[in-house]
This record gives sequence, C-alpha cells and structure tokens, in this order.
Amino acid sequence: MTTEGTALIRAQHQPEHERLGLSADQVLRMYRTMVLARRLDERQWILNRQGKQAFVISCQGHEASGVGSASALQPGLDLMCPYYRSLPAVLVFGSTARDVLLEGLSRAEGPWTGGRQMPAHFGDVRYHILTSGSPVATQIVHAAGAALAAKIRGDGAVAIAYFGEGATSKGDFHEGLNFAAIHRLPAIFFCENNGYAISTPLGKQMAVPNVADRGPAYGMPGVVVDGNDLLAVYRVTRQAAERARRGEGPTLIEAKVYRLTPHSSDDDDRRYRAPSEVEEARKAEPLIRMRRYLEEQSLLDERQEAAIQESVAAEIEAALAYAEQAPLPAPTEARRHVFQEAA
Amino acid sequence: MAVMTLVEAVRNALDWEMERDESVIVLGEDVGLHGGVFRATDGLQKKYGPLRVIDTPLAELSIAGLAIGAAMNGMRPVAEIQFADYIHPAFDQIVNEAAKIRYRSNGTFGCPIVVRAPFGAGVHGGLYHSQSVEALFYHVPGLKIAIPSTPADARGMLLSAIRDPDPVLFFEHKRMYRRLKGEVPEGEYTVPLGKAEVKRPGTDLSLITYGSGVYLGLEAAERLEREDGVSVEVLDLRTLAPLDQEAIAATVRKTSKVLVFHEDNKTGGIGAEVAARIAEELFAYLDGPVMRLGAADSHIPYAASLEEAILPNTETVVQALRRLAAY
Ligand SMILES: Cc1ncc(C[n+]2csc(CCOP(=O)(O)OP(=O)(O)O)c2C)c(N)n1
Ligand SMILES: [Mg+2]
Repeated sequence: MTTEGTALIRAQHQPEHERLGLSADQVLRMYRTMVLARRLDERQWILNRQGKQAFVISCQGHEASGVGSASALQPGLDLMCPYYRSLPAVLVFGSTARDVLLEGLSRAEGPWTGGRQMPAHFGDVRYHILTSGSPVATQIVHAAGAALAAKIRGDGAVAIAYFGEGATSKGDFHEGLNFAAIHRLPAIFFCENNGYAISTPLGKQMAVPNVADRGPAYGMPGVVVDGNDLLAVYRVTRQAAERARRGEGPTLIEAKVYRLTPHSSDDDDRRYRAPSEVEEARKAEPLIRMRRYLEEQSLLDERQEAAIQESVAAEIEAALAYAEQAPLPAPTEARRHVFQEAA
Repeated sequence: MAVMTLVEAVRNALDWEMERDESVIVLGEDVGLHGGVFRATDGLQKKYGPLRVIDTPLAELSIAGLAIGAAMNGMRPVAEIQFADYIHPAFDQIVNEAAKIRYRSNGTFGCPIVVRAPFGAGVHGGLYHSQSVEALFYHVPGLKIAIPSTPADARGMLLSAIRDPDPVLFFEHKRMYRRLKGEVPEGEYTVPLGKAEVKRPGTDLSLITYGSGVYLGLEAAERLEREDGVSVEVLDLRTLAPLDQEAIAATVRKTSKVLVFHEDNKTGGIGAEVAARIAEELFAYLDGPVMRLGAADSHIPYAASLEEAILPNTETVVQALRRLAAY
C-alpha cells in the first residue's frame, strides 16, 4: 500500500476528538464538566424535596449541547447570552458548583443575582455571561446587540445565544437573526430543541421539522446537530465561531436534545408525555453516550470513571457546605440596585 | 351553591360560557392538553376540542393579536397569558389595537376580547413571576380592568367580561388561586363590571383596595377592631377601570378617612388615581389626608428575606390605618 493510502486509513480510524484537534485531557475535562452539571442538577432536586431550594429548572439531557458548544468558544473573550438550561455551558465559561448552589439557595453571596432571581438565572460579569431574566427569547436579540458591539470595536469576540425551540416562536428570534444576518455579525444562535415547551410539543410550535431550516431565510446557514453527541456539537459550533471571526456572519445551530426531567419542579410531565417516551430517551442520553466513546477510545476505564464521580461528588458537597452556611440577603438589600448607587 | 377555589371558579365560568356560546374560544400557552400551568383550563380541550381550546406557540404578541382578529370576525376569545409578567410582548396589540379598535373605526368595529393572566407576588416567583401589571394598562382609554378577590366574584365577573362588548383585562391573583375557598353561585350568575363591593362594613376608617389587598385589609381591619376599637370599612374595587365612583364616594362620606392600599408598588399606581379623585371631588368630606400604601418602588426579588422587605403585609396595613386613625 502506498504511504498515501496508509495515511488515509489512519485518518479514517483516527478518533473523532483527535480529528478535531482535541487532546485526551481536553475531552476528559469536557466529560467531567458534563458529569458535574448532571450531579449538580440532581443535587438541586434533592434540595428541593428537602424544602431548601424552592425551585429547580434542569439541564438534564442538555449536557452535551451546552458543554460541546461552549467549549468551542473562547472563555474570557466570547460572550454568552444563556437561558435557564445553560448550566453546562456556564460551567465551561467559569461558573462553579459554589456559584450554582449559592444562587440555588438564594444566598447574599450568589454572584449572579445575590438571591434576587430564581435559581438558574445565570449571568456573571467576570466571565462575559450576560445577565438573564425569565422572559423567553429576549436574550436572542441581546446576542445580536453584543455581537454588534464586538464588531464595532473589532475585538474578535463572538456572541452566542442559547434558547429553546419554543423561543423561536417569538418575534425576538426573527428580529435578532434578521439584524445579525444583515450586518454579518459575529453571532451564534444556538437552539436546544428538546421537543417541548413545557407541555407544548414541537408540532404545535412550528410547521417545519427543523428550526435550522429557517436559517437560510434570514441569510445564514442553519445546521442541525445531534445534541447528545458532544463532539458533533463541538465541531459545528467551532465552525460557526470560525465563520463569525472571519467576518462572514452568524450561524443558526439546532441541537436536537431531549428534556429528561419535567419542565421544572412545578411541573408534572405525566400530564402530557408518556413515561415510556422519557425512558426511551434515556437510552440515548449524552452522558452514557460520551462515556461509551471514551471507553471505546480506551480513555476511560471503570476506575477512572469512579474517580471522576468521586471528585465531582466531593466538589459538590464542599460547595453545598459552603452555601448552606452562607447568609441570606439582608432585608436592607431589597431596595438596592434599582438604580446605580452614588459612589 | 358549590364551594370552589378561585381557580376552579375561573374554570367553571369558562366552561359555562363555552357551553352557552359557541363563539367563545380559549387560547394560550399550554392551555389545551395540559389544562394550563395553573389548571385554569383543565378539561376544556377535551370537552370543546382543539379548535376552540388552542395551544398556541410561545408568542404572547400573537396570542393577543389572534384574539383581536378573531374578535373582529365574530368570536369571543378568552386569551390566557401564562403569567402577567409575560404580557409585555403583547402590549402593542393590547394598547394600540384592542383599546383603539372601536374608536378608530368610528364605532363600526368592536373588540370583545378577554385577556386573562395570573399576577401578583408572594409565591417566591422572583422578578418575573410576581408582577402586578394593572397600572401599566390603567392609563389607556378603551381598556377595562377587572381583578376579582373571591371565587364568587371570579366566576360572576368573568362571565360579565366575556359578554362585554369591549376588551377586558382580567387579572387573577395566583397566590389566591388555591388558598381560599368560597361559595359560588352556579348557573346564570354575573357580577357586573364597574361595581365595587363593601367586603366589611365599618364606620371610622375606609380601606379601599383590590386583589390580595382585600385579604390583608380584612385581617388588618379585624385587628384594629379588636386592639383599638376602631371600625374599618373595607371596599373591594373589583373593577379598576371603570372605577366605581359612587361606591368610593359612599364610603368616603361615611368615614371621612381613607387609606388606598394595593400590592402593586406605590408610585403611579391605582391608588394615586383613587386618591386624586377623592381629593378633587370629595375634599369637603375628608377629616385627614387620603393616604396610600403599596409595595416599595422596587422589583420583586426571589429570596424570602428580600421579598418580605418589599411587599406590604398585615402589620404594615395596621400601622398605616393607625396613622390615619390619629387624624
Ligand atoms: C415570554 C414568556 N412567555 C412564557 C414564559 C413561561 N415559560 C417559561 S419556559 C417556557 C417554555 C420554553 O420552551 P422552550 O423555548 O422550548 O425551552 P425549554 O424549556 O424547552 O428548554 C414557558 C412557556 C416565559 N418565561 N416567557
Ligand atoms: Mg423546548
């Protein structure tokens, strides 16, 4: 066989992460972040049942889409406009278990809202994560605006907006994408399509099968990706970021995922979807999927898996111990920050 | 009479009216199969079908706009906004369209829609599941605004709202949805819009309020009776627009001292309008300044320790009544 031929065969057998230029260390770190997000999420449901955290909204099922996409960006340079399922993504940008639990327990020290907002209202000025509220879809336009600022300054930053497929029904989606495409802004519109908006299924949300199909209508590529596949998500997001940095404009990415939990701790999903559907989805869920990949590549064995789970558990328990003893916001804080305070 | 919660009374009214009038339709997010996140429309889609109980896309602008269009073509839509906090994308449709349709068409078109929305705080909902939005719409001519405080009023007023020829914003306090039960007349029972009701008669002071304010007001009134021997009349406005001027005048003439109280923040709230009207028209009857009490002029935070610091409570109402009694 020619050397060219062997090179080709080797390339074909080259593991996907290597083809993407990711080291074993890097993919293992991404996997650990997925595990951290999942365990943090599960811990909050326990806190909810214990009456310690009044509300939980989950990222379970969104770990590969969040970690894969955010890992393809440059924390410290790029901007993120998150939504309430963006826990895996904000962990990549710098948020910690302690931050998550301080906010979950609405402590004064919570770095995002200081207890002013419900849990999962991400936003950390230190990490370029723009503050988020509860209204669905508003952040899509903010990403366009943030990308406009980046373009004006020429600082090379990309802005990414995360949102669900339900959010694409609001005018904010249309208006944000339209403007970003007109001005070829360095933006990525990242839709995590989990098939439901609370109880409303996809077929009642839109008459087209893919959110991404709408991209070309605005003048940008629309890309569908398997959101349970960490490396596939990483690949398409990196391509979108490169395109944005080259000045070629925004990309609409649609990651197909599944919401493994009820909409929130206030929801009973048995009213509108069959438990068997959820069970079926669990078989393809992102953590199992990535673990299998790592095992196939001999990057992870049982012992290493146990070590990851242990270190994640220890990290969470330490963060929780800290958050539980941290004080609640003082009542005198309630009226501060309506406007900027005099220096 | 049946005993119902406030949310059951709302559902019962919708059911009654959909049965009676085929032009009544319900639309909103998760209102069909799911029956609404507060279950206000539970069972209606099963009974009346997906053409009359419509699960809309997540788009409040279109929920209002679709209702308006259908209303101009002969329907009586009842639109649900999942939380009043999310009515703002529909502001243009409500303020520039619904409110102005009759006027701009020289009376040839009407807009008989009802926009229902759960509102109000005290449920640890944070900034975006706690808002009172009535004052934002109050300034706009052409909109009626109704806020029932009891299950019976909820049923009777919702029937009136659906039958009203003009747009009605119908705000239901979510904290009261299941907390209180009351006797509700069944069958043809309506409570007219524009009519306040004395929920507790009294002779020394008047507390004019609505929504959750009625309950804090009644508690505070009982305490004043017990602890101070002061008799407080509690007037529940029920409809904010149009205001029941006669009922306001009657209680002012009776007691000559008035506290206007609401959960919404104070500045630019309904209390300002009520107080101004009393000052303008009933000055001669007053024995003290018209006083106002509302939430602090802040957003409504999530942490219990913060939320409590913003919202009025029985104690703050009692204190305000005592200040008034001192005149
Ligand atoms: C403007 C607005 N309307 C309604 C809501 C209530 N709400 C919160 S999440 C949600 C569903 C969102 O669905 P989707 O965009 O698909 O995101 P997912 O929760 O499925 O990730 C709704 C209706 C809201 N927060 N904002
Ligand atoms: Mg969804």
